[in-house]
Amino acid sequence: MAINSDVLVIGGGLAGLTSALKAAREGADVRLVSYKQSSLRHASGLVDLLGYTPDGEGPVTDPYAAMADLHDAHPYQTVGVETVRESMSMFDEVTDYRGDHTDTNALVPTHGGTVKPTARYPTGAAAGLASDDRDVLLVGIEAMVDFDAPHAAAHLEAAGVPFDVRGETIKFPGDLQADAKITRYAKLLDNNGEVAVRGRKKGARDALAERVNTVRENEARVGFPAILGDAHTDGVRAALEEKIGADVFEVPMGPPSLPGLRLEDALFEALDESGASFETGNPVVDFDADGDTIETVYIEKNGARIPNSADQYVLATGGLVGKGIESDRESVKEPVFDCHIEHGEDRYDWFDGDVFGDHAFASFGVETDETLRPLTADDAVEFENLRAAGSVLGGYDFAAEKSGSGVSIATGYVAGENAAAEAR
Amino acid sequence: MSDAQSPTDFDPVEPNTGHDFEPVDVFPDSNDFDLRPGADSCFKCSVCDTNCPVAEVDDDFPGPKFQGPEQWRLKQTDDDYEIDDSVMSCSNCMRCDNACPSGVPLSQMHNTARGEYVEEQMDKLSIEYVRNRILANYRTSATIASKVPGLANWGMNFGPARWLMEKTLGVTKEREFPEFASETFREWWTARGGADASRRNAQESRERMGLDRNADKKVAYFHGCYSNYNSPNVGQAMVRVFEHYGYEVVAPEQKCSGTPMFANGMLKDARRHAEVNVSSMSDLVDQGYDAIASCTSCSMALRQEYPELFDIEGIEKVASNTFESLEYLRIHEDIQEDIQETDVSGELAEEFAYHAPCHARNQGLERQSVELFRDLDGVGIEDVGESCSGISGTYGWKEEKYEKSMEIGEEMFEHMEHAEGDVGMTECPTCASQMEHGTGYEIRHPLELLEAALVK
Ligand SMILES: Cc1cc2nc3c(=O)[nH]c(=O)nc-3n(C[C@H](O)[C@H](O)[C@H](O)COP(=O)(O)OP(=O)(O)OC[C@H]3O[C@@H](n4cnc5c(N)ncnc54)[C@H](O)[C@@H]3O)c2cc1C
Ligand code: SF4
Ligand code: SF4
Repeated sequence: MAINSDVLVIGGGLAGLTSALKAAREGADVRLVSYKQSSLRHASGLVDLLGYTPDGEGPVTDPYAAMADLHDAHPYQTVGVETVRESMSMFDEVTDYRGDHTDTNALVPTHGGTVKPTARYPTGAAAGLASDDRDVLLVGIEAMVDFDAPHAAAHLEAAGVPFDVRGETIKFPGDLQADAKITRYAKLLDNNGEVAVRGRKKGARDALAERVNTVRENEARVGFPAILGDAHTDGVRAALEEKIGADVFEVPMGPPSLPGLRLEDALFEALDESGASFETGNPVVDFDADGDTIETVYIEKNGARIPNSADQYVLATGGLVGKGIESDRESVKEPVFDCHIEHGEDRYDWFDGDVFGDHAFASFGVETDETLRPLTADDAVEFENLRAAGSVLGGYDFAAEKSGSGVSIATGYVAGENAAAEAR
Repeated sequence: MSDAQSPTDFDPVEPNTGHDFEPVDVFPDSNDFDLRPGADSCFKCSVCDTNCPVAEVDDDFPGPKFQGPEQWRLKQTDDDYEIDDSVMSCSNCMRCDNACPSGVPLSQMHNTARGEYVEEQMDKLSIEYVRNRILANYRTSATIASKVPGLANWGMNFGPARWLMEKTLGVTKEREFPEFASETFREWWTARGGADASRRNAQESRERMGLDRNADKKVAYFHGCYSNYNSPNVGQAMVRVFEHYGYEVVAPEQKCSGTPMFANGMLKDARRHAEVNVSSMSDLVDQGYDAIASCTSCSMALRQEYPELFDIEGIEKVASNTFESLEYLRIHEDIQEDIQETDVSGELAEEFAYHAPCHARNQGLERQSVELFRDLDGVGIEDVGESCSGISGTYGWKEEKYEKSMEIGEEMFEHMEHAEGDVGMTECPTCASQMEHGTGYEIRHPLELLEAALVK
């Protein structure tokens, strides 16, 4: 016996979640299994489609238009531009992200003070767009060294944003330790928990707003690092807006990322509503195949091997960060099914001498046919019931192109759709 | 075939190389706690910190990254460095384990550091030590109390006695002590006829199922302290459900799983109990039994904490043959289909507000009850979210932790109150008491519902 489903998705990042959701919406009985938490907790929470061309040109204004010019092996070409649009509308349906009103990239200020082209951004970041011309006050928190507000403001000004921007650093009210966790701030704001200010107890939201009011001149928008609540983030923002009398937004931060965490929560919630099953915490380590059909995969739990069987499988185990691709001095490989990964014989060909050069390793990954089935070295299908999605795929460099989330969503969507269709 | 990273053949010092993982041998051979495993693979992304329920409410708790890899580094650079006492505020919920993309064995490092702190730095005459030792050795008090359950139930919750316990021992008076059953699970088991009776029942079921009467289906039940002394109905349900599927059950000699001892740094106590458990379970595993637990902290201890912390003959074998009860049935029986074809009525036809215990989460079991019972006619089940219940075994019993424990649990209480039903459900007995304490709801175990659905 084994735990059975029509479609089994391996990996719980953006790609795995999207493909499980799509397959379930197509009526398949879906199960998702994932090892560790996904790279969403490291990512900014912004959803980029294509910010720069592979040649480094940009920022790209219309990502859909630019996709048409990508090389043939790029995942966007494999799935087709129209499908990318479709996949994004499913994403829009299950999240409260903005940006769907236009094809054009939005420009979002980052914690480093750069302006980033992105296709979708959380509602909480909406008031911060760089295309808006109202003046901005950035508020940094003394203990959070990752966000130096005056520095970020100076950078933005230098980048030529069409508004005045100022940065101020304040102390978060209450007696928090110097390296308090971002979840500590979020929880206090979520619950408007009590903090002591000069011996008097106050709600954290009220106390924070009061501090900001002492440094605000009359900027119409106030930006905070992304710590404004977790469970009740809309409520936190609304309360601060009321007390400060200005629009409030979050500036996306580096890891660990609350916006990434919230996005993960929203997608798991949608998956739950779709009726799919999921399990996290244990890796898939082995499989049985009959010829080119995968029959069973095994999840490892402290030495016990739990069999899981399905008609169709989706591999969404991520890239080098998610551990979907591994490398050592000799080779680069995909560890679950040992799918072929094209890489130079000589490891000195894997990277470029120049730190910011054109590194081959950045686009290592499995290559697929047009239905996203991984291919062997001689272009045969590895397994007829296996598809791959997300950063386990080769042919693109998400960091250079700023296309990470977009590729994961689009390929996840197609892999899920195809898997569900075949499973019937 | 495949060589994906598996947690047991993982050398934390050099991730993903597929070398055999050497668990740290803590007691008794070595008092030199080695915090090295994994410290080197930490790249300080702080993702573990986002999972820690204590860091979320406690301003003085520096979080899992500090407790694990950082403390180890401090120890390396300063010979006189002593383990920071904040490690005692870690509730051992083990949530951080799931987070780390580099596979740093955080909870193992915390358990090790806590063991060293208690062993070398804590005053053995302090009230804190005595209190922790009493809380950790729940089984000892339970054994005594179960001899006179009526008196114990009264005495433990007697107002003036509780006041005294808080003042002298630091055990919060806010909580109601769990009630002791008038008949323990083991008393029931023996009176019922023990393993022989179970074999007969299993044989009857096999005949009903059209299986060979003598089919080889047998499990060893690790009932733990709670279902023995406090909730024998859970143990009874487990026995009847397994017999229904044709399994012979045995209930071997056993002690506490050690969970409360790990959390209090009492590794010597834990090891003593573990030796008994491993020895009786490993003999049975050799005879073809699998070890089954109905408490998710017990299965967690046997599966993960034992091999991480101790080096006892047979420990790996027991770990890889231990399962949680529902999980086992999902793997070996067509339970999903059986559930779809039946229904429940009467007392358990309810809307349940389900909370997944942290230790179920760590075994990848956080969804199984919800996913199974959503197909069961006559009941509704709603997941009340991913927050920790906040009690974490003995943590919430400590006077100085009580308020934090309630603050952690607040999100769960809120979700329970918003859920449709006003009966709760969880696998963990201490989570159950927190759920009850925070909402006043009655709390059931999934096995009770399973019994009502399948064993008519
Ligand atoms: C630091 C950082 C910042 C980023 N910033 C941005 C940004 O601003 N905008 C943007 O659009 N994109 C960004 N990205 C990229 C984007 O996050 C990723 O491209 C995308 O999330 C990848 O999704 P995925 O599902 O393919 O892989 P992952 O998110 O890596 O998920 C893979 C999952 O598979 C699991 N897994 C691995 N092996 C196994 C196994 N054997 N069995 C079971 N499960 C397994 C892993 O535990 C993990 O949960 C960033 C990435 C990083 C690392
Ligand atoms: S075990 Fe739980 S309480 Fe302890 S550090 Fe990890 S997450 Fe925090
Ligand atoms: S999650 Fe792992 S790598 Fe990241 S800080 Fe924690 S221990 Fe270090």
